[in-house]
Amino acid sequence: MDYLTLIQLLDSSLRLATPLLLACLAGLFSERAGIFDIGLEGKMLAAAFFSAAVASLTGSVWIGLLAGIGASLALAALHGIASITFRGNQLISGVAINFLAAGMTVLIAQSWFKQGGRTPSLMGGARFEGITLPGADAIADVPFIGPLYSELISGHSILVYMALAAVPLTWWLLYRTRFGLRLRAVGENPASVDTAGVSVVGLRYAAVAICGVLCGIAGAYLSTALQAGFVKDMSAGRGFIALAALIFAKWRPWYALWATLLFGLFGALETRPDVIESIIGMKVQAQFLGALPYIMTVVILAGFVGKAIPPRAGGEPYVKER
Amino acid sequence: MSDETTAKRQATAASTAPAIELKGISKAFGPVQANKDISIRVMPGTIHGIIGENGAGKSTLMSILYGFYKADKGEVWINGSKTEIPDSQAAIAAGIGMVFQHFKLVENFTVLENIILGAEDGRLLKPSLAKARRSLVELANDYGLNVDPDALIQDIGVGMQQRVEILKALYRQADILILDEPTGVLTPAEADQLFRILDRLKSEGKTIILITHKLREIMETTDTVSVMRRGEMTATVKTADTSPAELAELMVGRKVLLRVDKNPPTLGDVVLDVKGLKVVDDKGVERLRGIDLQVRAGEILGIAGVAGNGQSELLEVLGGYADGTGEVRLNGAPLDLTGRLSDGQSRRRRGIAHVPEDRQREGLIMEYQAWENTAFGYHHDPEYRAGVLMNNAAIRDDTAEKMERFDVRPPNPKLAAKNFSGGNQQKIVLAREIERNPDLLLIGQPTRGVDIGAIEFIHQQIVALRDQGKAILLVSVELEEILALSDRIAVMFDGQVMGERLPDQTDEKELGLLMAGITDTDAAAAAKGT
Amino acid sequence: MDVMPKWAEVVLVPLISLLLAGIISALVVLAIGEDPVAAAKLMVTGALGSTYGWGYTLYYATNFMFTGLAVAIAFHARLFNIGGEGQAMLGGLGVALACLYIPWPHWSLALVGAAVMAGLFGAVWAAIPAWLQAKRGSHIVITTIMFNFIAAALLNYTLVNMLRPKGSMDPATARFPEATNLPTLHDLLSPLGIEFSKAAPANVSLLLAIAACIGLWVLIWRTRLGYEIRAYGHSESAAKYAGISPFKITMIAMIISGALAGLMATNNVMGEAERLVLNSTEGAGFIGIAVALMGRSHPLGVFIAAILFGFLYQGGAELALWTSIPRELIVVIQALVILFTGALDNMVRMPLEKLFLALRRARTSKEAGAAD
Repeated sequence: MDYLTLIQLLDSSLRLATPLLLACLAGLFSERAGIFDIGLEGKMLAAAFFSAAVASLTGSVWIGLLAGIGASLALAALHGIASITFRGNQLISGVAINFLAAGMTVLIAQSWFKQGGRTPSLMGGARFEGITLPGADAIADVPFIGPLYSELISGHSILVYMALAAVPLTWWLLYRTRFGLRLRAVGENPASVDTAGVSVVGLRYAAVAICGVLCGIAGAYLSTALQAGFVKDMSAGRGFIALAALIFAKWRPWYALWATLLFGLFGALETRPDVIESIIGMKVQAQFLGALPYIMTVVILAGFVGKAIPPRAGGEPYVKER
Repeated sequence: MSDETTAKRQATAASTAPAIELKGISKAFGPVQANKDISIRVMPGTIHGIIGENGAGKSTLMSILYGFYKADKGEVWINGSKTEIPDSQAAIAAGIGMVFQHFKLVENFTVLENIILGAEDGRLLKPSLAKARRSLVELANDYGLNVDPDALIQDIGVGMQQRVEILKALYRQADILILDEPTGVLTPAEADQLFRILDRLKSEGKTIILITHKLREIMETTDTVSVMRRGEMTATVKTADTSPAELAELMVGRKVLLRVDKNPPTLGDVVLDVKGLKVVDDKGVERLRGIDLQVRAGEILGIAGVAGNGQSELLEVLGGYADGTGEVRLNGAPLDLTGRLSDGQSRRRRGIAHVPEDRQREGLIMEYQAWENTAFGYHHDPEYRAGVLMNNAAIRDDTAEKMERFDVRPPNPKLAAKNFSGGNQQKIVLAREIERNPDLLLIGQPTRGVDIGAIEFIHQQIVALRDQGKAILLVSVELEEILALSDRIAVMFDGQVMGERLPDQTDEKELGLLMAGITDTDAAAAAKGT
Repeated sequence: MDVMPKWAEVVLVPLISLLLAGIISALVVLAIGEDPVAAAKLMVTGALGSTYGWGYTLYYATNFMFTGLAVAIAFHARLFNIGGEGQAMLGGLGVALACLYIPWPHWSLALVGAAVMAGLFGAVWAAIPAWLQAKRGSHIVITTIMFNFIAAALLNYTLVNMLRPKGSMDPATARFPEATNLPTLHDLLSPLGIEFSKAAPANVSLLLAIAACIGLWVLIWRTRLGYEIRAYGHSESAAKYAGISPFKITMIAMIISGALAGLMATNNVMGEAERLVLNSTEGAGFIGIAVALMGRSHPLGVFIAAILFGFLYQGGAELALWTSIPRELIVVIQALVILFTGALDNMVRMPLEKLFLALRRARTSKEAGAAD
């Protein structure tokens, strides 16, 4: 494999990793506060539809982005109400939200666009185009650094850069602010926060809201940057892969970056069976490549991180001790 | 200490207003009246005890004071002025600090992080942590509460953790400290240390409320004491004017036997023989470091010790749901200690019955009805079967009979276990295990959370079984219970047996020394020396 | 203290949850510009108005009984098996192998053989995530979801590369031999003089499903294994105390669960399609979750809920045919049922408890007043 192919592969990996990274960080906030969220998939899907739909109708991708975030927040609020206020089973709530999104997106798409459950293809201002960073064209031909800068680092849509920036921002929020301290505490021992006079409910809703926003951006990215429009079930299990990455990353922001980049790499390899063939010398079936991210998720859950310790109060509704 | 606080203290000392006054507090949870018209006065600079059985309403009352619950009726007055406490923040602002029975600490945070949680100074952490560090040094000097600010909670001992809880309250400028059952997890020596700290706090003008069920602590530490029973305040007296017997009677409403009548034991052969038993937990820590002990037929061996020194692991290994190494023989034949799948069934077949320490988490399935719980652990028994299926009718009949013999109330086999009181739940478990006619009965914390009337009954049942020639291994954190019931006492500390004593040749002080890790000979010497 | 009487807990709460789901679904239908009442009428006539409708309703219900029972038994062990879809797919593979490669003389023997294979394949597909959960702590929810995706890929590969007859472009197997064709309800009922639609696919596997409901009820409440599964489901710590092995229960509960999901293939693959095609399960595995939740994991409840969802499914198909409402409406309804019966059940339960408490207080004070 030559250098240019490597760069292309990494470039592709970054593009594919972006929605995973955003969803992973979304799950990180939620789970660190003690709310399990397997509805990342549904929120992404809903956001993907609404951002594409509104972008298509208004011609502005930024308004579309807002709409997508709004849709994701609505589902996040539902999950919050079920899990926090009504102390329901968080796993069931997540599953329900996934189905709700899967069904509603097609219903509404059909109702609005009558194209069999998809939006029309997005063009021009209704899409996030790649941004060429300053100097990218100038040094494109410089050996080694040129392609690295102009292909791999430059040329991505703004959401990719936002996702990358979200990593240190998440780290800072969690470990350097009062809010982060309280958020981490509420996921380990909510009673510690409650007896200190801070609202457990408020913190958890805040975490769920942040999760909703990040999932919204992830979903919007799928339909307005990575692809050009919404199609049925386009999230394709990414929400669950993001969860696996989260566990792999032991619920830490910087590890989440590397974990999602790894999964992005798998996705990139899926489109380049020739690369795999050249590395391992064997032809690999298309179905296997398609299933690779899911198989890797299982392997990761089974192998290296079988005993990763989640936030201690995760998944448990908080009831005051009597 | 700041000038403001000094002035406040002097003002408080000068005034005669009570630090806390509750007037007619009532609180109901659904059909249960937890607090009924409670009125109480605690003067500043005193230690006031509140004593009562489980379910008497003590914790509810304190929760109201701390803003966890809102009283249905009544008023709270702090330092002579009426105060509304709608939430914990208001309580903290009113100068109330609470140290809970189960610590409210975040295990993987540092001491410092736990102390500032909720009382941070501003949005960014770094300045808050720095300020707290300085305060901690001051507090350590003023009250002798030394801790390592950067240690993780999960790495420090229970006594230290309690100090962190106290420091949390003091950091928030609490003048009133409420401690809920503080000595449950402490050795007698650690408990003494705690009371010394409380005395010092008292001398600095703090008001302390001590909630406990231990009569001895009340007598030794408090200035005044209130007794609660069934949601009501039955009496408030000066500690100097009362006695343990009187307090016990006030707690229960009748004269209470604080002793158990029993004959001397008739000893038979060795039933349980443990040699070199070691248990390592899943973090690689040795919980049992080579235990040797024996229990004979017709004997009650009492294992004394503060919770967490290996007693639970001992019961788990003998009960068949933890692995260990070493040699354990029952009636001469070895027991398997390394069952890869749970071996509780084979233990039962060998004639070992087990009343576990935690009846709600282990001994019973709370959602199962009483009859289903009677078969729990014995569900493979041929008498409970009709061919391939379970004979539910037979189990129900058996349960009804057991309930009658053990005076379980209400005697309804179809009632779910969670609807029985603690004492009746324990009786269901006891009936199940004792009526198996085991060769060896393991019992852990038999009267925890059980009302005094049931305690007498349970103690009688244990002694009756022993008189039938069975071997009994009793684990309890209540020294009084150990001394009352045991024919022989072994004290455990840090996974080892520190020494064995006969109950009439020792006392709580010597046992306390052994429980704290003082070696056998040193403890004996120290006990004789005094 | 049990505040609500048992009948309220078992019947009233799910009923109200269902009502809420129904109301919101009606609002959704309104929002996309259709008439909910007309839609409901169409669904009822389409699903229950003729033996043809009933035939389809019962056919779908058979699927959901199997997948609902699968989720239910796992729930009793506190395991959330979302992999019913994949397990049913693997069951289909088992049925295909049994029917295509073994020369059965009669359909009854073929049914037994196919059922065994279907159950086996489904069980194996569930056993792997079960083992991972029991031994490695891998969360069974995520692994079973992953296994659904992997199953789809696996089925795709085997159909395209291994089981497809030569010269066919369809990713599907050949038709099963006639000896393996199962009699439909029409075939079963006409000797008894009962008229039943010939075109409807409900078949003898319905009886198998009903037998499974009864069998599971006996298992859960009358056998020692069921006792152990429920005990473990309530409290793992207590189960260990009693000598019940968490590993054993996890594996057995999931194996039974997977087998039940796999058995669904006797209905859709063997009974209806009579060959194995891609995506033969069509989401039945997921509907099983809604069915189990609505039926409170009780086989009788699952039976009733399965018929209800069969009605919804067939009704939904009619709607899709005659109106502009897509089939995805059923997915939405399914989601709402799961939401209200599973996650928001406290939203229904808490006000009901308050109501019963107030009624009880009123009654006791009235009795006290009357006693004066």
